[in-house]
Amino acid sequence: MSSPSTADSRDALFARIREALANPAISHAHEHPVHPANVTPEATLSQWLPAVGATFEEQLDLFARNSVDLKTEFKVVASAEEAAAHLNALATENKWTKVATHRGSINDAVAAQLTTPVYRVDDQFDKVQLETCDAGITECEALVAQTGSVCLTAPSSGGRSLSVLPPHHVVLARRSQLIADLPAAYALLKTKYGAKGYPSFISFTTGPSRTGDIERILVLGAHGPKKLTVLLLP
Amino acid sequence: MIAPKSLFKRDSAINAADVPRRTFVRNALHGYEVKRDLNKAKFQDWQSARETASEIKFEGINHLDKYLAEFAKNAEARGTKVFFASTPTQAREYIINLAREKNVRSIIKSKTMTSEEIHLNDALEKEGFGVVESDLGEFIQQLRNEPPYHFVFPCMHLKRDEISQLFHDKIGSAQTDSPEELTMIARRFLREKYIQADMGISGANFIVAETGMISVTENEGNARLTTSLPKIHVALVGIEKILPKLEDLSLFLPMLGTAGAGQLMTGYNTMFGGPRQPGETDGPEEFHVVLIDNHRTELLADAEQRDALHCIRCGACLNVCPVFKNIGGHTYGTTYAGPVGSVITPHLRGLQDWKHLSGASSLCGACTEACPVKIDLHHHLLQNRRNAAAEKPVWWEKSLWIGFALLMRQPTLYYWLTKTAPIAQFFHPLVKGSILDPMQAWTRTREFPMSATTTFKDYWKQKKKQGAR
Ligand code: SF4
Repeated sequence: MSSPSTADSRDALFARIREALANPAISHAHEHPVHPANVTPEATLSQWLPAVGATFEEQLDLFARNSVDLKTEFKVVASAEEAAAHLNALATENKWTKVATHRGSINDAVAAQLTTPVYRVDDQFDKVQLETCDAGITECEALVAQTGSVCLTAPSSGGRSLSVLPPHHVVLARRSQLIADLPAAYALLKTKYGAKGYPSFISFTTGPSRTGDIERILVLGAHGPKKLTVLLLP
Repeated sequence: MIAPKSLFKRDSAINAADVPRRTFVRNALHGYEVKRDLNKAKFQDWQSARETASEIKFEGINHLDKYLAEFAKNAEARGTKVFFASTPTQAREYIINLAREKNVRSIIKSKTMTSEEIHLNDALEKEGFGVVESDLGEFIQQLRNEPPYHFVFPCMHLKRDEISQLFHDKIGSAQTDSPEELTMIARRFLREKYIQADMGISGANFIVAETGMISVTENEGNARLTTSLPKIHVALVGIEKILPKLEDLSLFLPMLGTAGAGQLMTGYNTMFGGPRQPGETDGPEEFHVVLIDNHRTELLADAEQRDALHCIRCGACLNVCPVFKNIGGHTYGTTYAGPVGSVITPHLRGLQDWKHLSGASSLCGACTEACPVKIDLHHHLLQNRRNAAAEKPVWWEKSLWIGFALLMRQPTLYYWLTKTAPIAQFFHPLVKGSILDPMQAWTRTREFPMSATTTFKDYWKQKKKQGAR
């Protein structure tokens, strides 16, 4: 798909940019410098963003409060058994007939105890099949206390569709995965993937799917999941 | 073809008179303001966050060539195809050729204002491709055959009964007055489209040089579906969306959410760094990023207003603008309405044709205050006025000022005029507001203040005579 003009049009655009930038602009951003120019270490950004407590308990509490605001169901469970029991209760309540999940240490421990048939999306899968599932159960990269977000990536969360196509998204996470803020999330991603290459998909999912397009009235489940459940395991 | 200025004047008059609609829009925006302030207050230091954001964008825009090259290199290394389009035609042709080559039959789109800019839907439909907008607001506007009213809240001007009627007429759904029901109608209708589509087109809110990724912000999950299921993903993005580093997003995502919709974090903030990679279970086979100039380099060349390219299209400046609230989004006649639209449109589409937008402002500065990246919007409106007058002086305006200067330098003439003004004003009611009235534009809807019968000079003289201090 490289038409002969591809390289030409790139060169032409870059030439116009360089010509335009020949005349320097003055930054009016701040009359009093707040931090050295062009340096954005995570510590610098964290100091402006919403405050997060230093201890695990404070962060857990913040994540829980954010979840209430976002209408995320958040629950701390003591074991994989308790997580499975909670999901089985949800299954009965919402009349689930099939759930989908991917390979993973937490998922495997919980999925083994589910009463609902499980559809696996590990390798090749059929999107029409996945669409008929009542819930998608995934793991995650991290939980962000500051914003109540779940950080998903293709390798940690069974790809792109599993967490968005079924009407109920369930996240299974460990206590060690709860992190303070967004700069910490990006730092974590960098440590894990910076050298070997980032996944093609990274998402901060913050609450269930929502829209306010009609009269700015909040409606959940516009196109993605109507419900989001986050279970925190030891 | 009516000139943009005449259309603007006509439509502002019509829309400013539509009080119920104005009230409705104002109430919706008030709800936004309450939520925005709540989340702004959560920041430890919102003002410093703005300054830092502005600085990061300054770095990116003022080294745009370097960062775009870095973006392209890193994106291509992960199998992303990057195309640089100078013009709308080049961008449209690239996408159409791609669709033809891959035997695409149906296309699903998530929100992208850049595609409104280049009228992509019309072009694709003309070539026989079915295109469906998946963002609820955009879907509604597509059914109405109308451009978005607001670039973040596309159908905020519509009431639920209008939407219900529209769905009933166009997709045959039953009437309802529940926003929830209406949303579910759209959800059901669009579900199959995602599954069927073989190409997904999205925009991007940011592109990250360091990692060759694009970042897409949305609430509904429609962009996630658009970028997960079809076998080809095309992102159409303006070149100014650049951010140097990945971690810059940790500042920009919450600022965009807060300023844009009063949410600390928008529902889904997703970064795409290529097509499906080895070992990943799904995702498109091909990922194309089309970066478009479309006159942005002309704005870039204006060092004084270059910071207008820092814009992250959050819409905050529209939400607080008294002009926007009164005349509404469509009156502007531009892809980007509101203060930022008034600033950039003259650069993108011609100063003389669009200078009137910079005139239609009270210069209250609410926009500048609201802008999360500190763009000096209201001063840019003034600069546009100055540039327009310098480029093409208006003869009657010029002669008016010459006359005024003359008058001010002749005390006798000035004195004589202050004396005759009340007499002239006595006869004013005879022509007031009519075509014969030299002040018609003002007096048609307003009262002209009465001029004083005694001048200050006379008053002073009199007081002195009476011996007052
Ligand atoms: S100019 Fe500023 S406030 Fe207006 S849309 Fe752009 S970033 Fe937002």
